[in-house]
Amino acid sequence: MSTSTRTEGAAAPTGPDSFFSVRDLRVRFSTEDGVVKAVDGLSFDVERGRTLGIVGESGSGKSVTNLTVLGLHNPKTTTVDGEIVLDGKELVTATEKELEKLRGNKVAMIFQDPLTALSPYYTVGRQIAEPYMKHTGASKKEARARAIEMLTKVGIPQPKVRVDDYPHQFSGGMRQRAMIAMALVCDPDLLIADEPTTALDVTVQAQILDLLKDLQQEFGSAIVFITHDLGVISDMADDLLVMYAGRAVERGSAAEVLRSPRHPYTWGLLSSMPRLGGSLDQPLSPIPGSPPSMLNPPSGCPFHPRCAFTDEVGGDRCATERPPLGEGRAAACHLTAEQKQTLFIDKIQPRLR
Amino acid sequence: MSDDVTLPAQQGSASASAPSEVLLKVAGLTKHFPVYGGFPIKRKVGAVQAVDDVDLTVGAGESVGLVGESGCGKSTTGRLITRLMEPTGGRIEYAGRDITHASRRQLAPVRSEIQMIFQDPYSSLNPRQTVGTIIKSPMEVNGINPKGGRDTKVRELLELVGLNPEHFNRFPHEFSGGQRQRIGVARALALNPKLIVADEPVSALDVSIQAQVVNLLQKVQQELGIAFLFIAHDLAVVRHFSQRVAVMYLGKVVEVGDRVSIYSRPRHPYTHALLSAVPEVSTIDEPEDRERIRLAGDVPSPILPPSGCRFRTRCWKAQDKCASEVPPLVRIDGNHEGHLTACHFPEQPTTAARDEDIVLDPALTALEDTGKD
Repeated sequence: MSTSTRTEGAAAPTGPDSFFSVRDLRVRFSTEDGVVKAVDGLSFDVERGRTLGIVGESGSGKSVTNLTVLGLHNPKTTTVDGEIVLDGKELVTATEKELEKLRGNKVAMIFQDPLTALSPYYTVGRQIAEPYMKHTGASKKEARARAIEMLTKVGIPQPKVRVDDYPHQFSGGMRQRAMIAMALVCDPDLLIADEPTTALDVTVQAQILDLLKDLQQEFGSAIVFITHDLGVISDMADDLLVMYAGRAVERGSAAEVLRSPRHPYTWGLLSSMPRLGGSLDQPLSPIPGSPPSMLNPPSGCPFHPRCAFTDEVGGDRCATERPPLGEGRAAACHLTAEQKQTLFIDKIQPRLR
Repeated sequence: MSDDVTLPAQQGSASASAPSEVLLKVAGLTKHFPVYGGFPIKRKVGAVQAVDDVDLTVGAGESVGLVGESGCGKSTTGRLITRLMEPTGGRIEYAGRDITHASRRQLAPVRSEIQMIFQDPYSSLNPRQTVGTIIKSPMEVNGINPKGGRDTKVRELLELVGLNPEHFNRFPHEFSGGQRQRIGVARALALNPKLIVADEPVSALDVSIQAQVVNLLQKVQQELGIAFLFIAHDLAVVRHFSQRVAVMYLGKVVEVGDRVSIYSRPRHPYTHALLSAVPEVSTIDEPEDRERIRLAGDVPSPILPPSGCRFRTRCWKAQDKCASEVPPLVRIDGNHEGHLTACHFPEQPTTAARDEDIVLDPALTALEDTGKD
């Protein structure tokens, strides 16, 4: 397992083994209504060739985290604390010039909506060629050949013709393929995919997910895969980070987290989701309430107002004390390991049949 | 899926789909949107064949799911049934009355019995009206005066959908997405409808909220005996909610049947492809026994749909016959009662893994072949 082996919040320098690591990241936006604590003390590691899945509901801070990695936040209204280290290089304090060299080269990003992420003004080929020319110094002709090669790789039919098309001439699935081609054109070491298939139909989603998996085997890059869909995560991720209200609440290998989850929020997510193979008589068990506002997050454990198991902990620990996320396979919850085990087997597992 | 799970479910769905009184009957329903072009005089140059020859029945108190990918005409079908759009052809019968081309006046008594829940709870509620006004207005429009007054009824409805009745005077922006969708449900229930057309009612919501709304709709359906036409692209949600399911592709129903038949014994290649594409959470330590089918490309344009069977351009079984003959939607050998499939060369009724995966996507084939070497 390649997830963090260090204590959360430890400011110790990361070892050479960790390719991409985020340490105690805190992101705050100042808005008219007050300060939004979008990410509050997040740590994780990703190794080369591995996929880290980040799952959470809207507003849990999963996208903000990764925009911060690339320095795509608005510096005027955002404060970023903590460490983001990519291959030994610190990114939080990096200058815009240094980041420019990384973006599209060493780190690339795939966005959710390809129609808004691609420029309607330039041809697809030119948009794929642009980062390649900038980072490798290739000529226009070489870059065009490279764009055609990439389009072939991602499965665009007639790449020699389609390279001169504009994004509006592509279908939704093809646009997402073009964006993958653009992201991979410089063989990035780290690929951040932010809900890359959410806007797509299910048969096209299956094609794109398989394509990403196959391409990762070929390129060997690390992938951070952000989604709200547990099914997609189960399909894609090696390691898994469950986020709630700007914090990681559970971490482990994808198989461990999905098969024997330890945090009440993960339990809630799993038992509120209907599955194709699930029992038809089993009603869904939703999580009561709705996600908290990040302007004024709950005290203590951010999940305690919606948690059904605060009584098991006893006292008001859940409301006053923030549970830490331990090392490695861990869940940020005050329940003891035995309690989690028995509660999961007695109360949660029967719902997942 | 193990047998001990499917068997009781099968019995349950069989009793649920027992032929009850038919509430809604749709036959040959067609909607073509004209496409204009030419300069300087614009003329009709073609048609988007959004819905083409769709047959569908919904029994009283029954929930029928309509699934398909975007652009397959499932939403248009819903809008035609609620008569928000004028059908190009076919026949819509509601409770034995032909409402296909009924005028506004003729429709008035039916309108209150067919209600709709929309996808986006942000754009389907008027931001300038209070929740009370929003829920009350269907009653005002239809001149309905419930016992104890309209305001009391609104409070009852708010309570029924799990909102605080004191929030009567609040505006939609004061509510979260899930709560807004509850307001939409309360509005649909205001007229005691017999049929609710729910167009992607939960797809804009977060997973944990989605389950709350699905449970609410299920409660409404079971306790008030309201029939549902549940339109969604999420196959797992449809399976959970609907006793019968119709699968649409490019304006046509390709397969329809009770949910156990559709999800465990599908016959149409498209249904197979659709089911195999759904990403499943593996919560148990069992090797997955699901077939893997990866289609190539996207859905073709409904302006020039393929001749014959519309799925043939993406189908691995397509032959000459598929291009020349439109397959009829019939019960084929080996199907249960009421399970109809429109295919010349149906698949085996199982979703178990095949000896060889079907991968039609050229990029995937190329990458996977090099991986094997």
